[in-house]
Amino acid sequence: MSTVLLLVITGLGLGALYFLVASGLSLIYGLMGVLNFAHGSFLTIAAFIGWEVGRRVSDGTWWGLLVSALVGMIVGAVVAAATEYFLIRRLYERHIEQALITVGLALATVALFEGIWGTDPIYTARPEWLTQTTEILGAKIPNDRFLLIVCAALVLGGIVLFLRKTRYGLIIRAGVENRSMVTALGIDVRRSFTLVFAIGGAAAGLGGVLASVYYGYVSAHLGSVLLIFAFIVTVIGGLGSLTGAAIASVLVAVLQQFANFYLGGTGDLVVVIALAAVLLVRPRGLMGKVA
Amino acid sequence: MSEPILVVDGLNGRIAGQQVVEDISFEVPASGVTALLGRNGVGKTSTIKSILGLIDRTGAVHLGGERIDRLPTHRIVQRGVGYVPEDREIFGSLSVAENLRLAERDDRPRRELIERLFPDIHARRAQRAGTLSGGQQQMVSLARALVNENRLLLVDEPTKGLAPRIVDEVAAALAEAAATVPILLVEQNLHVIRKLAERVVVLSGGRVVFTGSAADLLDDEARIQRYLGVHDATDDRAAPAHAPDHDAATAIPVADTTEELR
Repeated sequence: MSTVLLLVITGLGLGALYFLVASGLSLIYGLMGVLNFAHGSFLTIAAFIGWEVGRRVSDGTWWGLLVSALVGMIVGAVVAAATEYFLIRRLYERHIEQALITVGLALATVALFEGIWGTDPIYTARPEWLTQTTEILGAKIPNDRFLLIVCAALVLGGIVLFLRKTRYGLIIRAGVENRSMVTALGIDVRRSFTLVFAIGGAAAGLGGVLASVYYGYVSAHLGSVLLIFAFIVTVIGGLGSLTGAAIASVLVAVLQQFANFYLGGTGDLVVVIALAAVLLVRPRGLMGKVA
Repeated sequence: MSEPILVVDGLNGRIAGQQVVEDISFEVPASGVTALLGRNGVGKTSTIKSILGLIDRTGAVHLGGERIDRLPTHRIVQRGVGYVPEDREIFGSLSVAENLRLAERDDRPRRELIERLFPDIHARRAQRAGTLSGGQQQMVSLARALVNENRLLLVDEPTKGLAPRIVDEVAAALAEAAATVPILLVEQNLHVIRKLAERVVVLSGGRVVFTGSAADLLDDEARIQRYLGVHDATDDRAAPAHAPDHDAATAIPVADTTEELR
């Protein structure tokens, strides 16, 4: 029982990380039809700069972590918005060029990060409580899982509130469904493109800082690793569906944890098999719109 | 006669590289309903979309004297063009109220007008628009265009696929709207055209083949037969008063293949 509980909560924590990356991917694809392979780079640069600023302010404390998280979100948002404004904006409806430029950006930035911070992981200091465990029903749960789950829940709630309660949120929801009709109502839908990139970048930035807490290090490849699973989550959840991304994040991460523990470390393989199964049985994903 | 609200001059439209509108020129007067007619597939919807910039186009389009064909769609609409698309294109995942709120461009949206014209829609404000009937969805689509003060309405087949009772309601709403704003109306139902339109522009093979008063066309059986390929039985048939689209007596049929591809 304690093992199951540990796997579930660890899975939820990892799922939280996946969601923070996948939420932006899903919104960006849903509204703009852009498969953003550079999304992992937003996460990595945010993790590095968040860590650099946080450790200078107060290394290994809650205050330092909070500063890291805020800086990470701002960096993620700014870099993502700049990417949309300077690179992607010229390439809407040109999907091959979009893929080429975002893949190129992802490869180039990893090389850039390696050039600046080196190829080895840099281990980070964390607040003491996050290095400890809490016993629940006999299971010793690492405390950082709780932080990840709470942060992801807050981000989900925040994005849902934004989408439901603001005019920009309304435009984005409508744009995901029928972009040209939004334009035909006199709305400049492109403005919301930059905003969606910024929101996705901020979530990924927070994900980057939290990933450094979860893994205990920052590395030039942090974003690339999480991006693969975030794409899988986005496809399983249904491209363009935030709720689908949230559900799929939890399902994929929990499944991965169980497979790793009970099936001899085959978590990644099982996730890919699950992706194939969903694509075969329900190609539009759990909650995706019909193409 | 006052200046026309819309002047279309040498308009060409392309979809996926194929020409769907070819050198079309016509004017829409500053009042009343102008019907854009023709068999299915001759380019009526594409003409509307070309005017709005929703498809690639060349040629000149003037709205109230201002050239608008170089503007993006949202800027054209912001200049006072309301659009009711073919097949409604409401946002099914949004509520009725959200569909209307999204469409509101003015500081003072005409919510009272919408409430009076479409009481059924007003009563269903909290309902998801995708769960409405086809007729109710059409009302939402019309309401989105009427909620703003516009200088011109582009209305594309508003009665398509609707039950006769709903066709009457749509026609009544359009008639009331036409009292205050000029309308360019694409419509297949000749009875509705007879009821609403003062002028007609007839397309064939992507070109304008007739422009004139609605009476000149509709009172001339030979012209109707030649341009629209239909016998207008509106006056001589016993029932029903308003036929749905598939009523052979009043619905304009699909163009033959040669006309479609020309």
